Amino acid sequence: MSHVHVTTTVNGDPTEFLCEADETLLDALRDRLNLTGTKEGCGSGDCGACSVTIDGALVCSCLTLAAEAQGRSIGTIEGMAKGDNLHPLQQKFLDHAALQCGVCTPGFLIAADALLKHNPDPTETEIRYWLAGNLCRCTGYDKIIKAVAEAAADLRRTA
Amino acid sequence: MAHDGKPVVSGRKFTSIGTRPLRPDGIDKVTGRARYGADMNMPGQLIGKVLRSPHAHALIKSIDTSAAERLPGVRAVITAKDLPDLTGGDQGQMDTLVNTMARERALYDGHAVAAVAASSASIAQAALKLIKVVYEVLPHVTDVDEAMKPGAPLVNGGVITGGVTPKPTKKSNVLIRHEFGHGDIAKGFADADIVVERSFKTEATHQGYIEPNACVANLGADGFGDMWVCTQGHYNVRTICSQLLGLEQSKLRVTASEIGGGFGGKTMMFIEPLALALSRKANRPVKMVMNRDEVFRATGPTASSSIWLKMGAKKDGRITAAHAVIKFQGGPFGGSLVDMGAMACFACYDLPNVKTEGYDVFCNRPRAAPYRAPSAPMVTFATESVVQEIADKLGIDAVDFRLKNAAKDGTKSSYGPTYGAIGLRATLEAVKETPHWKSPVAPGKHRGRGMACGFWFNFGGNTSVSLAINADGTVALAYGNPDIGGSRASMSLMAAEELGIPYDKVRCIVADTASLGFNDITDGSRVTFAAGLSTINAARSAIKVMCARAAKTWGISEDAVTWEKGQAKPAGANAGKFEPLSLAQIAATAQNTGGPIAGHFETFADSAGVSFGTHIADVEVDEETGKVTVLRYTVLQDAGKAIHPSYVEGQYQGGAAQGIGWALNEEYIYGKDGRLQNAGFLDYRIPVASDLPMIETVILEIPNPGHPYGVRGVGETPIVPPLGAIANAIAAATGVRMGDIPMSPPKLLKALEGRAR
Repeated sequence: MSHVHVTTTVNGDPTEFLCEADETLLDALRDRLNLTGTKEGCGSGDCGACSVTIDGALVCSCLTLAAEAQGRSIGTIEGMAKGDNLHPLQQKFLDHAALQCGVCTPGFLIAADALLKHNPDPTETEIRYWLAGNLCRCTGYDKIIKAVAEAAADLRRTA
Repeated sequence: MAHDGKPVVSGRKFTSIGTRPLRPDGIDKVTGRARYGADMNMPGQLIGKVLRSPHAHALIKSIDTSAAERLPGVRAVITAKDLPDLTGGDQGQMDTLVNTMARERALYDGHAVAAVAASSASIAQAALKLIKVVYEVLPHVTDVDEAMKPGAPLVNGGVITGGVTPKPTKKSNVLIRHEFGHGDIAKGFADADIVVERSFKTEATHQGYIEPNACVANLGADGFGDMWVCTQGHYNVRTICSQLLGLEQSKLRVTASEIGGGFGGKTMMFIEPLALALSRKANRPVKMVMNRDEVFRATGPTASSSIWLKMGAKKDGRITAAHAVIKFQGGPFGGSLVDMGAMACFACYDLPNVKTEGYDVFCNRPRAAPYRAPSAPMVTFATESVVQEIADKLGIDAVDFRLKNAAKDGTKSSYGPTYGAIGLRATLEAVKETPHWKSPVAPGKHRGRGMACGFWFNFGGNTSVSLAINADGTVALAYGNPDIGGSRASMSLMAAEELGIPYDKVRCIVADTASLGFNDITDGSRVTFAAGLSTINAARSAIKVMCARAAKTWGISEDAVTWEKGQAKPAGANAGKFEPLSLAQIAATAQNTGGPIAGHFETFADSAGVSFGTHIADVEVDEETGKVTVLRYTVLQDAGKAIHPSYVEGQYQGGAAQGIGWALNEEYIYGKDGRLQNAGFLDYRIPVASDLPMIETVILEIPNPGHPYGVRGVGETPIVPPLGAIANAIAAATGVRMGDIPMSPPKLLKALEGRAR
């Protein structure tokens, strides 16, 4: 089985890996780069647990080929905090108890970050529809929506 | 409105309890560092995959694994022959074994028939395709009413029904009949001014945890094994895997991973014994991770049900009699938990005459697993629908009608026991005070409001907790229940409260099976209650040691020392005059006063308080499509005492959301071929953020006398009322009373069209 050599950037770090031609970006991140913060919930693009960004665009890494990372910049949950400083979204998720089991949380944070970069002042409805691609079975979304809205307000104040 | 810091139990004023600190595992979970089932790898591990039956019911004539075994990279292939034969032993163990790996018959679409371990996932997958299974397809049945008809295909060969006299002579699909109740229902119905009877059906739903089942197993030639498992109960994994593989429990150590949701579904065993068996055969660690299709087809959904329910009442609103016949299918082995349904059906009401009958029925579906208050949502849907219909027909307010009949302290419950202090009436009275109930349904077309009550038993069970005082004055707390929604925070709060130290001085971990006595599964809403009770008592046992060390330091009697606000103090003037010694001071000198200080506590906790809640739902029905939108939703529930209110609210909101999904959309859909047609999150659609409103919560605190701080379990009850509350709201909006769950657009549209004619 011949492998594809991929040169890419992950969370700002220059990164190289070999992958199979049909391997997903999710599997490459988890199994080859040991970045297990990105989760697989369905493998079919329905749950959003595997959300990452490619050149800033939000994608399901389970529906993306690892080889597509060539020459691009990948963002995962591991790159969200800057050193000891949590991103305001991470802090608000903790403050609001917006996670129970936490397995969907990395995907929600990546997706919410993409939302706030796209729309810094979303309404509740806009937050709900943007995050409709991320499934959470524990929280009923209430505290997640509040955490995102409050993080957005914080970010607007500091912008 | 619930957390005003009022003292609750015996006037005790809490310091830590009722506050909302950040959870100790929080940073790991928002940064991606937390390790779940699939995030663990062992050196030299193989990847295991399972071959599953494509048939709902079939004889397995032969399995040829030789081609798979020859594929380079394949290290082990197993079938039922590689597992011990437990025939003639404990039936429950045998059922678990057969469910783990089919023997003579494949009993449902997705039933495991063989498994492979190989050096990579792709090789394991390729090897599955090389296994040749010859099936003889048998007639199947997937509907509970069909399965009970004479002449129905006998699932798993059928069974002689238990619990009926005279004993049947012919086999059927009915495993057992249960009956509960008291009084004389014939007399009760004769006394009634109004009688309503209706039939209901509810489809099976899945727990829908986002993290698929996963484990890594290592069983060496010396017979010692280690497992890393995403499970609700790692002690139970040890027990079952030891039994199924013939291992001594002491030789198998199980560590629980972080768990990405369970809701009852991860109380069962599926791939874990297979991973161990593959590891034993290959002499290498084996990792197995289910995909979502396997989770839907092969792990436990709920039972599906068929319910007939009849209720009678006087004109003044007093219920005189209630009777229900409840049929659950729970897969090919029985164990549908219909008995719990029959017990929970009328548990909210104080009834003079009541009877419930439950039938546990075989079908060619996956073996049912518990799902959050298992069985209660379905039966409560039926009960609350009929309760509301009677209230409406009598022209009595929904809350007043329920208050008139609500169970209270001293009520003999419909399932036997007499209640002590319970909070149902408190939740009903609080309904009237909510902003939701006080304001009308927001104006709009085809809108309506419904409400419903719900009950759950709650459980305690085997619990073992250990608490060590570290030399620097911090505390290590070990309990044995996977933390499924913030329980490490709750345990830390209770330890901090009892010891009188800050919350952040306690480090709480979920210990492996070698570290503590046996702990029951994280189920039955038991952890905050039972592990909490044990944490408090472990702290008390450590305090006793610390008081003794202070006594030794001061040269006074142990009885003359008390513990207050994190310090040992002389009990009174007669004890002598000494400066108090803090926990940190006692810890620092422990090696001079007798060595390390620790406390522990073990119990079978049997004082869990029953739980009640009441929900209010406003909905809008699109009469052109049948789609229901939930506009507003409020949950009121008795928590006994909320240890960490944010996570109590989270349980209320999450349970309500799951109930709303069950009410409106979620269902297992089987084709005529007996195969599951919607085994994925696209077609089995759980609620998403845009489907739901904010979910308002009201926490009531009627202390459970069986817990030192008054805690009742809160996790399960919130899924019980939504089905009835939404059905009642739809009836208010449209005049249509739905008998089938889910009340999905096609079904509701059909009912609306029927009304038009």
